[in-house]
Amino acid sequence: MYLIKSINELAPKIWQIWVNAPHVAFHAKAGQFVILRINEFGERIPLTISAIEGDDIRCIFMAVGKTTSALAAHRSGDYIRDVAGPLGKPSEIKKYGTCVVIGGGAGIACCPIIARSLKADGNVVKGIIGARNAELLILEDEMRDSCDELFITTDDGSKGVHGFVSDILKTEIQKGSIDAVWIIGPAIMMKVTSEVTRPVKIRTFVSLNPIMVDGTGMCGSCRVKIGDQIQFACVDGPEFDAHKVDFDLLMKRQRAYLQEEKLALEYHNKEQCKCGGPNNE
Amino acid sequence: MNDRPVNERLKDFKEVDSGLTSDEAVLEALRCIQCKKPLCIGGCPVGIDIPGFIKLISEREFEKALEVIYNDNLLPAICGRVCPQENQCEGVCILSNKEKGVAIGSLERFVADRALVQKSNRKCSVNPTNKQIAIVGSGPAGLTGAAELAKKGHSVTIFESLHEAGGVLVYGIPEFRLPKWIVKREIEQILSLGVSLKINHLVGKSVSPEELLQFDAVLIATGAGLPHFMGLPGEHLSGVYSANEFLTRVNLMHANDFPKYDTPVKQGSRTVVIGGGNVAMDAARVARRMGAKVTLIYRRRRDDLPARNAEVIRAEEEGVSFVFCSNPIKVLGDEAVTGVECLQMALCEPDESGRPGTEPVPGTNFVIDCDICIQAIGQDPNPLLLQSMPSLKSGKKGTIAVDINGKTSIPHIFAAGDITTGAATVILAMGSAKTAADEIHKMISI
Ligand SMILES: Cc1cc2nc3c(=O)[nH]c(=O)nc-3n(C[C@H](O)[C@H](O)[C@H](O)COP(=O)(O)OP(=O)(O)OC[C@H]3O[C@@H](n4cnc5c(N)ncnc54)[C@H](O)[C@@H]3O)c2cc1C
Ligand SMILES: Cc1cc2nc3c(=O)[nH]c(=O)nc-3n(C[C@H](O)[C@H](O)[C@H](O)COP(=O)(O)OP(=O)(O)OC[C@H]3O[C@@H](n4cnc5c(N)ncnc54)[C@H](O)[C@@H]3O)c2cc1C
Ligand code: FES
Repeated sequence: MYLIKSINELAPKIWQIWVNAPHVAFHAKAGQFVILRINEFGERIPLTISAIEGDDIRCIFMAVGKTTSALAAHRSGDYIRDVAGPLGKPSEIKKYGTCVVIGGGAGIACCPIIARSLKADGNVVKGIIGARNAELLILEDEMRDSCDELFITTDDGSKGVHGFVSDILKTEIQKGSIDAVWIIGPAIMMKVTSEVTRPVKIRTFVSLNPIMVDGTGMCGSCRVKIGDQIQFACVDGPEFDAHKVDFDLLMKRQRAYLQEEKLALEYHNKEQCKCGGPNNE
Repeated sequence: MNDRPVNERLKDFKEVDSGLTSDEAVLEALRCIQCKKPLCIGGCPVGIDIPGFIKLISEREFEKALEVIYNDNLLPAICGRVCPQENQCEGVCILSNKEKGVAIGSLERFVADRALVQKSNRKCSVNPTNKQIAIVGSGPAGLTGAAELAKKGHSVTIFESLHEAGGVLVYGIPEFRLPKWIVKREIEQILSLGVSLKINHLVGKSVSPEELLQFDAVLIATGAGLPHFMGLPGEHLSGVYSANEFLTRVNLMHANDFPKYDTPVKQGSRTVVIGGGNVAMDAARVARRMGAKVTLIYRRRRDDLPARNAEVIRAEEEGVSFVFCSNPIKVLGDEAVTGVECLQMALCEPDESGRPGTEPVPGTNFVIDCDICIQAIGQDPNPLLLQSMPSLKSGKKGTIAVDINGKTSIPHIFAAGDITTGAATVILAMGSAKTAADEIHKMISI
């Protein structure tokens, strides 16, 4: 059982949770994730480790379906049944020169820890974060602290530049030499944005989020196509060379359980009405 | 075998074989002629005193019979169910020349189940040695190693990456062959020896190699859980599973009870299973219980099936249809799988396993419609630990290299079970773990 130290809503439907998990906190590095299971009936879901403090780790998640909604209904002092990790390979942090770290939507959660690690290794780090609107933009202050320079975009222009993160990336590439880029966000955003760095051959990493079960390389649910090779995102990734990723296949596989997910959420909402709260043990 | 009727067992995941009553057990035990030179003991990979425990059953001394088994095997309720006895103890039983060999597995299971129901815990009263042992993985090998070393008074910690202990016993072998409460109880018994279990700990990630080396000795028992894929076009389609994923979703995550349990599995109306081993039979029979029509495709003949014959017969009884001498070449579909295209196979010269080799026959293409396709074509050793400990010498096909006592290339680190052999059996995993545990005990006791 793992204690929830604190939990709060950063933006509509985007939650920040601090969990006590010493075995994870002690070893975790930028780019890794945990698999958690709320209770005995729960699904194992992966969430990126977005910060570490002492024995505690932070995850930031979007309440999109059954498990994430149930998690959001927890309070400080509650417990989560299982937290396994840190899983996956850490980000390839080293001295590149100038790096750009780009986050979209809830994907911004993963960015500060990568930006800080890159800076600690002597890189100049530029951050670009984007959201649909100002209200949905998270971790602005933290990104400002972690980067040498920060750009903000919103789809509706309610904050920062009116447009997409890829627009800023294009201008930054024109302005000067960039040696490595991280892009983290929804699959479609990673696909589109990594097209910007392909023609100019800039080393680009994306963090893939296929559906996982064990997260330890034993099932193959998370298989993704990298170049002409099938790899398991949970152990070979989750970060991969963006220019080799088959994003269409990733998106297809992410949609595999749409019907079941809808059913689970309906069931969850019904159950919750009955007992008036999360089914906490 | 006291199998429940087919139409009944297809409706649930409850155990197929309901086991022996005490009278039946005593009668069966009386069939044993108590050979002077029993072949059965030699047929048992851990050398249980089989005539000894059978004699006690015939005298209705069930608890004493269990004590005899415990001397050599700490997981009898499990082994009684899943060991391939027909190739081991029962296969060499002298009676099998004339009539049926003694049902040793069923007898083993009978005495073990009785004790589990009564919840009698085993005790262990030795002086603690203060030696710290780490066991990596909680499958049959890890559990056996833990129990053997705890019985000697060492302080044992098991690290397990999943949220439940048991390895293949919980995530792979289905409930209807091995009820999970039995596995739980057997594990509780081992933990009651004072073994500490740390779940959610993936060694190599949650525990570093350096931390591991601080223990007085380490036993690596991480199994062979890396699923193979055939590399067919269309393999990424929704509805295509490795047997490991399909079975894990159902056995470990209870997807058969979705949405009460959150983890889903695709509900197919027609399922194709590719492969011919125990894993393929399990996947096919689970799929039957999920309500699908099931076709199993195997590239050789029925007689060549590597699965236990009893399980093949049960699969047939349960309505799994078999397509032999065929192999898939393509998974069809756009977003989700709609069928598999196969070729017929011709048999040719035997390969190194002694079974005939196979060759595709051009032009014999045919399609089997399906909405789920499960690949059960083998598993490799889990590579993670070898990757995180480069100085650990590897053996054939991704195994960890060991000598006959389970010693690896790093002093104080031992390995046992499927990680050293590739996918094998529960009892072999246990046997090798016992050998390694004895060696560890010798090493740290000097
Ligand atoms: C390595 C990795 C890191 C991730 N990090 C974060 C993060 O930091 N913050 C965040 O908000 N989300 C993250 N995700 C996605 C997150 O795991 C899913 O949003 C979550 O599982 C949804 O579960 P649900 O029951 O609430 O929703 P559901 O209704 O079940 O599903 C909603 C969507 O989530 C995806 N999903 C469902 N089940 C799983 C599963 N078992 N594994 C992966 N994806 C699934 C599906 O594509 C689906 O479309 C990450 C995913 C991966 C693989
Ligand atoms: C579906 C199926 C059916 C089978 N049926 C039979 C049968 O009927 N009879 C029979 O005798 N055999 C059967 N087998 C084979 C048998 O189950 C295995 O040979 C046996 O379980 C091997 O035991 P093990 O302890 O070596 O490994 P496993 O049982 O695989 O256990 C390994 C454990 O280690 C954990 N682990 C892996 N890596 C790490 C790490 N880095 N850190 C921490 N933990 C880790 C895993 O999560 C797992 O729990 C079957 C196998 C399968 C898959
Ligand atoms: S999630 Fe099972 S192999 Fe990656």
